[in-house]
Amino acid sequence: MDQLLQHLLNGLLLGATYSLLGIGLTLVFGLMNVVNFAHGEFYTLGAYAAFAALSLASVHFFLAIPLAIAAGALAGAVCERCLLRPLRGQSIDTVMLVMIGVWITMQNAELLGWGGVAKSVATPFPTEPLVLGPVSVAPLRVFVFVVSGGLILGAHLLLARTKLGRAMRATFQDRETAALMGVSIERIHTVTFAFGAGLAAAAGALLGPVFLLYPSMGDLASLKAFSVVILGGLGNFAGAALGGVVLGVAEELGAGYVSSGYRDAVGFLMIVAVLLLRPSGLFARAERVG
Amino acid sequence: MSRAALLLALATAATAPAWVWNPYHLHTLIMAGIFAVLALSLNLLLGYTGQLSLGHAAFFGIGAYASGLTTVKLEWSPWIGLLAAVVLPGAAGYVIGRLALKLRGAYFVLLTISFAGCVSLVSVNWMDLTNGPLGLPGVPPLEIALPGVAALSLRTKAAFYYVVLAAVALSYLVCLALIRSRVGRALVALRENETLAASVGIDGTHYLVLAAVVSAAMAGFGCGLYAHYTRFVSPEVFLFTYTVTMVIMVVAGGKGTLAGPVVGAVLFTVLPEALRAATSWQWQMLLYGVLLVAVLFFMPEGIVPAARRRWSAS
Repeated sequence: MDQLLQHLLNGLLLGATYSLLGIGLTLVFGLMNVVNFAHGEFYTLGAYAAFAALSLASVHFFLAIPLAIAAGALAGAVCERCLLRPLRGQSIDTVMLVMIGVWITMQNAELLGWGGVAKSVATPFPTEPLVLGPVSVAPLRVFVFVVSGGLILGAHLLLARTKLGRAMRATFQDRETAALMGVSIERIHTVTFAFGAGLAAAAGALLGPVFLLYPSMGDLASLKAFSVVILGGLGNFAGAALGGVVLGVAEELGAGYVSSGYRDAVGFLMIVAVLLLRPSGLFARAERVG
Repeated sequence: MSRAALLLALATAATAPAWVWNPYHLHTLIMAGIFAVLALSLNLLLGYTGQLSLGHAAFFGIGAYASGLTTVKLEWSPWIGLLAAVVLPGAAGYVIGRLALKLRGAYFVLLTISFAGCVSLVSVNWMDLTNGPLGLPGVPPLEIALPGVAALSLRTKAAFYYVVLAAVALSYLVCLALIRSRVGRALVALRENETLAASVGIDGTHYLVLAAVVSAAMAGFGCGLYAHYTRFVSPEVFLFTYTVTMVIMVVAGGKGTLAGPVVGAVLFTVLPEALRAATSWQWQMLLYGVLLVAVLFFMPEGIVPAARRRWSAS
């Protein structure tokens, strides 16, 4: 019983970061119709940006995270401006292939820049676990969970309540009408992509200290993000937030009770099962896909 | 012009072992041939049905393990191993095709990636069967045993080069026969307008699954050859890098043409080797990424169609 509680708690803590990864991807897909295979690379970028800020510029840990988010958002804006804008109106497959190209380029640039040796990030948190009754948890994980939750909530409020969020939703529902209402369409595209990239970078900066940093860390992050997005239904914000937690818990239970070697298979199997049985996601109303 | 170029290319390919003395260069050509088979197989899906399979690594991984396991563990003849490398991936292609080809676009891509991921994890974790990350050493080389004559080993690079050349020709002809047939016309119709194709009675899933089976079997064949050539199989065959390399070969060479994948395969095997002295492996992968983006921007249809247009214009 205690063990089950511990697995559930670990799953929840892990799941929140998956949610954070997933909402960035689902926004870009749902709003812009871009399958962003480079999503995991913005995650890696965020992690290395935080690492660089900490170890090279020796800023405080709490400042390194916003810096990493800014770096990710900036890279996303550049990518949108230079690569996606000229391809507007091209088929979704062409854009997908271009994003695969961006993925390979960014990953190998990181490999060249940082080398293949894994790096670890030091944090101001004590390594002594907090013991809460039958379960224990590392203070860093609690911090990551709280910040992830805050960012998800912030992203939701930005989309639902602010003028920018309304302009974003309007643009991707009906570009012409939105443009007629005075929305700067091109700027909204760039902002949306930068927003998604910034969220991925945030996840990287937060998870970097939990795990290790290596150039191909983004591959696994991309996989998790896609699993989450598919679980929640493409473009479904609340679905992605919930899907992250479902994936996190499922992985912890799978790793705990089945075999840790197959931990990452949980995500793959969930993608396969959901796409075949309920392609519009676990939490969506029935809708035609593909 | 085009015909002369084709004849020259064929003559060059047929006589290569006679004037390529450096074994390493010959090795590069053999790899180019194996990649040509793989790129042709991917092109059947990507070029002719328009479906991007990023799980192709699964099929050639299954092919390599099918050949490796039947010859190393069961000690069967390498030719039976090679047959298994065609049949098993073909069967996997049927199952996956049946499941995945209900989906289109990004959904199809994600399903194929997930499938490849699962197969790759099995190859690493099922120690008893696959030997895990250590791989299977000692895959036997191909041999031709003629009755009454001593067995003719195809172990030398020059001999294997011709095996691979024959394999490329066979794959090319299979693709050509398929494309020129009713099936090929149905596939192109489905790619261009699926609703319209369905309205004239083309059963989409049927033809797409057929293409997936042929494509998977061909990929398995290519990697079965690879297993008998390097005589070693490990989970590295599932590396995503290989799938990406094949996608670049097909897209840059010209998807939806038969010569495109072959040209792409030769170019993207020989070019990196030529650049190897000047650049490291990371730079090479970085360049691949940049090149993929550049091709899609400036030559979206690929090298072969662009070259063809130039010739017919002049």
